[in-house]
Amino acid sequence: MKSLKKVLYSQKAAPYVFVLPFLLSFMFFWIYPLFSTVKMSFQSILPGQVEWIGLENYQKLLKDRVFHLAIKNSFTYMFWTLVLLIPFPMIYACIMDGKLVKAKGLFKALLYLPALTSVVVAGTMFRLMFAEMETSQMNQIVQWLGFGPIKWLKGKYTGMFALLLVACWRWTGVNMLYYLSGLKNIDNSLYESAEIDGASGFKKFLYIQLPLLKPTTIYVLTISIYAGLAMFLESFMLWNGNASPNNIGLTIVGYLYRRGIEKNQLGYASAVGLVLLAIALFINIIQLIWNGTFKKEER
Amino acid sequence: MGKQENSFEIEKKVGMALKTRILSVIATLFFAALGIIVVFPFFVMVIASFRPGKDIIRYGLALQIDFDVMSFKNYKYLFTGNHAYFTWFKNSLVLTLLSVVLTLIVCYFVAYGLSMYKFKLRNFLFFLVIATMMVPFEILMLPLFQEMIDLKLIDTTAGVILPGLVSASTVFFFRQYMMGLPHELLDAGRIDGSTEYGICIKIMLPITKPAFAAMAILSSMGAWNSMLWPLLVYRSASKFTLPIGLNTLLTPYGNNYDLLIAGSCFAVLPIFAIFLAFQSYFIDGMTAGAVKG
Repeated sequence: MKSLKKVLYSQKAAPYVFVLPFLLSFMFFWIYPLFSTVKMSFQSILPGQVEWIGLENYQKLLKDRVFHLAIKNSFTYMFWTLVLLIPFPMIYACIMDGKLVKAKGLFKALLYLPALTSVVVAGTMFRLMFAEMETSQMNQIVQWLGFGPIKWLKGKYTGMFALLLVACWRWTGVNMLYYLSGLKNIDNSLYESAEIDGASGFKKFLYIQLPLLKPTTIYVLTISIYAGLAMFLESFMLWNGNASPNNIGLTIVGYLYRRGIEKNQLGYASAVGLVLLAIALFINIIQLIWNGTFKKEER
Repeated sequence: MGKQENSFEIEKKVGMALKTRILSVIATLFFAALGIIVVFPFFVMVIASFRPGKDIIRYGLALQIDFDVMSFKNYKYLFTGNHAYFTWFKNSLVLTLLSVVLTLIVCYFVAYGLSMYKFKLRNFLFFLVIATMMVPFEILMLPLFQEMIDLKLIDTTAGVILPGLVSASTVFFFRQYMMGLPHELLDAGRIDGSTEYGICIKIMLPITKPAFAAMAILSSMGAWNSMLWPLLVYRSASKFTLPIGLNTLLTPYGNNYDLLIAGSCFAVLPIFAIFLAFQSYFIDGMTAGAVKG
C-alpha cells in the first residue's frame, strides 16, 4: 500500500493522475460513441433485433431526396453565414480599433448581448417577429418600405432569410470581438511607419490589418464552417419543432434528429451523422491547407 | 512666401482635424445605429411582455406601445401564478452551478497536468484534446443518448453533466493561461516539502484565479442556455430546465404566451447581469482561442 502511495505521489506519475479525467471522458464519451455510431451506420436497428446490412444505409442516403434537401439547406446556410459573418465583423472591428469611435465599451457590450440569449429565447422572439400577420414586426417594416405582407416562414427564400438574420443578430458581435482581439496583437509601430509613408486608412486596412488578421480569420472560418453545417436548434425554434413546410428549414442535424430520435432509426441516423462529419472535416481540411496552416509545422 | 506657406500649413492641419472629427462622428453614429438594431428585438419583446398573450398570437410580435392594453398582469402571473416556471428556473440554476463547478475543477486538473509537467505523452494527449473539438457534438448525441440509456443515466442530472464534464475548450484555455505562469514555483514548492498535489492546489490554484473567473462566466452562460442535450436526457417534466420548459410553452395555440414572453424576458436577466458585472472576464475567456488559433 505504501509503495502505491509513493508511486502516485511521484513526480513521474502525477501528470498522468491529473490527465486521468480527460482520458476517461475521452474513452467513454468520445471514442466509444464515435465507434458505436460508425458501427450502427452499418446496421439496421429495431428493438431487440440488430442486423448487419453493410452499406445499405449509405446507399439509401444516396437516393434520399429529403436528405439531399437537408444537405442543400445546411450548405446554403453555412455559405451565407461565411459571407455575412466574416467580412462585416472584420470591417466593424477595424473601424472600432482606431481612435475614431467614441464609447467603445458600450457598443462592444451592446453588440455582444444577443450572444448571451439562449436559442430558445432568440428563436421565440424572431419566430413571433416573423409571424405572417400584417401586424408582425417584419411585415410592418416591409409595408413601411412599400411592399405587401410576406408569409416569411412559409417560403424557401424568406425562411432562409429569417435563419440568417437570427445568425447575424447573434454572432456579429462575437466575431467582431474575435477580430478586435486579433487587432490588439498588431504592433503599433507598423501603423506609425505606415503613417510616415502617408498611407491612407484604407491602405492600412489592406496592407497591414487584413494580412495580419489571417490567423483570426482562419479560426473564425473553421468554427463557422462547423457551426453552419451543424446548425439545428435555430431552425427547431423558428419552426416550433423539426417540421417546417416542405422542409424549407430542415438541416442535416435536423434530419439526424428526425430519423434517430423521432423515428428511432438509429442506424440510418448514424449514417447521416457520419456523412455530416465527413463533409465538415473535408471542407475544413481543404480550407486549412489552402490557408497554409499546416505548413508552419513543417518548418 | 514663408508666411503664405505657413497659413497654408495651418489650414491643412485645421482641415485634417475637422475631417477626423467628422469621420469620428460618422463612425460613432454608425455603431450607434448598429447598437439600436441589435437591441431592438429585446425592446420589442420587453414591450410585448406587458401586453396580453392573446394579442401576441393574434398580431405577432411588434413594437406597439399602447398603454390601454399594457399592464403588469403577465409579471404578476409569472411571480404568483400556478405554473412550473420557477421549478424550471431552480432546475436551471442547480444544473448550471453543479456543472460549472465540476467542469472547472476537473478541467483545471487536466490542464495543470498538460502544462506543468514535461512527460512523454504530453503533446499526444493535447492533440487528442484538440481532436475532440473536431467532431461536432450533434454527431455524437445519438450514440451518447444510447449510452446514457445503457448506463441508466437517462433523466438524471449526472447524465446531463457527465459527457460534457471535461470540456476541450475549457482545458485549452486553462492550459494556455498556465503555460504563462512561472514553472519555478513548482520546484520551490517541492523544496518546501509539498506534494505534487499540494503544489497544484495550494500554490498554483490561487494564481490561476483570473482564468477561473473567465471560464466560470463563460461556462455558466453555456450551461444556463444549453438546450439540446438536456432536452434529450430529461424525461420527467419536474426536471425540465428553463430552455426546455419555455420551449413547451411555444405551442401553435398560443395559450401560454403570457408566461412565455414575460418568462423569456426574466430568463435573460441573470445572464445579462453577470455579463455587465464581469464584462472584461467574459471577453478574455471568449477570445482566448482566437489569439493563438
